[in-house]
Parts: sequence; C-alpha cells; structure tokens
Amino acid sequence: MTGYLSGMILAKDVDFYIKGLFKYKLFGQELWITTTHVGLLIVTLVLVILMIVGHHKIVNADPTARPGGLQNILEMAVSAIDNMVSGIMGKNSKRFRNWICTVFMFILVCNISGLFGLRPPTADYGVTLPLGIITFLLIQINGLRARKIQHVTNLFKPNPILFPINIIGEVAVPLSLSLRLFGNIMSGTILMGLIYGLLPTALTVGIPAVIHVYCDIFSGAIQTYVFCMLTMVYINDKIADD
Amino acid sequence: MEVVGITGRALILACSAIGAGLAMIAGLGPGIGQGIAAGHAAAAVGRNPGAKSDITSTMLLGQAVAETTGLYGFAVAIILLFANPLIGKL
Repeated sequence: MTGYLSGMILAKDVDFYIKGLFKYKLFGQELWITTTHVGLLIVTLVLVILMIVGHHKIVNADPTARPGGLQNILEMAVSAIDNMVSGIMGKNSKRFRNWICTVFMFILVCNISGLFGLRPPTADYGVTLPLGIITFLLIQINGLRARKIQHVTNLFKPNPILFPINIIGEVAVPLSLSLRLFGNIMSGTILMGLIYGLLPTALTVGIPAVIHVYCDIFSGAIQTYVFCMLTMVYINDKIADD
Repeated sequence: MEVVGITGRALILACSAIGAGLAMIAGLGPGIGQGIAAGHAAAAVGRNPGAKSDITSTMLLGQAVAETTGLYGFAVAIILLFANPLIGKL
C-alpha cells in the first residue's frame, strides 16, 4: 500500500509497510488483499498442518512406550498452557483453556513469523483489534452469564456518578489489549526494517540475527504470554465468586 | 511574516517529525516504571527464591500494563509519520 498513505516521509527503500497485492471492489468499496492476508493464511495453514500431524501422532501413540519427538513437544506445550490457565482461573479453567491455547498458538506463530521473512500479521491493527474485541465480548458475555443483572449494576458501584468512568474502563480493555500487541510487534517490525535499510546488502546476513532474537522471539513470546494472561485475568475478574 | 521557500506541506511534514519525536518521550515513564518493577521483583526473588515463577509472572503482567501509556505515545508517533491526518487539512 506504498503511496496510498498520504504522510509518508521515510525513504522508500525502508521496507516495513503493508503492501497491497490485489485490488477488488465490493459494494462499491475499494478493498485490497494485502500481505497481512497472505501471512494469516500461511500461519493458519502451518497451524492446521501441525495440529493434523500432532493429532495423528497422539491418537496412534503407544501408551507404554516412551514419548518422543513431536508428541513430547506437544504434550509439554499443552500441559504448560493447562498449568498457566488453571493457575489463574482455578476451577473455571476447563471452560477456557481451549480458547486460550488457540489464541496463544495463533499469536505466537504470528509474532515469530517475522523470522521466516513474513511481515508479522499482528503488526497490522486490523488483526489485533478483532482479537481485542473477541476478548471484550468474552468478558461481557461471561460476566452476564455468571452474575446476571449484577454485572450491569456493578457499573454503578461504588457511586452512580462513577458510571461514565466505569464504562470507559470497560471499553479501554480491548483498546489497550490490541494496542499493546500491535505496538510491540509494529515497533519490532519498524526496527528490523530500519536496520535492514541501514546495512549494506553484504552485511544483512548475520548481524540482524541479534535484533531478530529480541524483536521477534523474545518480544513476541512475552507479548503472547501477556495477551493470554490479561485475557484470563479480565475474564476471571468478572466470573469469580465474591 | 512570510517564510520564503517553505511550502505549507513541507512545514507540516517537518513539524510532524518533531511531534513524533516528542511523542516518543512517552517512553520515559514506562522505562522507569518497568525498571522499578524489575528491581523489586529481583529483591523479592532474593528474599524468597521458591516463589520465582509467581513473581516473574506478576512482574511481567505489571510491566505489560505499565507499558500501555508508552504505547499510546508510540501510536501517536506512528500516525504522525505514516498516516498523517494534518496533511489532508491543507
């Protein structure tokens, strides 16, 4: 989408923009298939293939033999996420661990896809805002189911004057969740783009690896963890017995 | 007073770049806050090494929330640089 945005003042050879690949019209509206869509498609395909292979392995596993390879990795990952969810949500963890695990894998693979030459799909606000809105809907629906009318009357506590502030507090949750993920991954992407634009081509082989480790792996893993953690904390806040 | 040789568009772009730089001063606060959180977490681990994993996850959560204001500044800087709304007002 280079040239599409009006206020672009950086050099053109710095490459971290979302690029439009294919233009189409829908209901008179001009829409684009961008690199984000391609990245999302690749991430989803990788996850689906990994899960099909993993399912096959687990179903056909010999329970008496020692687990090895992919089965071992998957079991470790699943039990780690189970522990993480039950550590925060306690007895409600069974209802939410599938969703948390799905989101965790999706965001993690999206974030580290920068290592493999993709533009990370989470560096597009159009990907992180829906994730934040899903979390918002989960919080509100589960709060309504758990506390019925008290979920709404809690907005007027401790004092009805605070109602607007409580509403802002509720609406700020998806905004801050999505902006946090987007901002961290976007800043990593920009940093990588600037460094690749800065170095001569001969030097781009080994030197950016250090920054890749920080911006893609470390920051990506931390932000994935934080997103899932905050989702669980916010949901648990609304459904816990008090 | 008319400044010779500077178009309105160039002036807006220059001021937007300065504004983006100023917006990133917002990174100061989260840096200090995260440092304080990490320091206290290190002290807590020193007092009670058995609770290291709990302390680490609490610290990460707190740091992520503290980072939000810095990210608002970052969002302002990104908008000023790449999706400047002021250019359209010329």
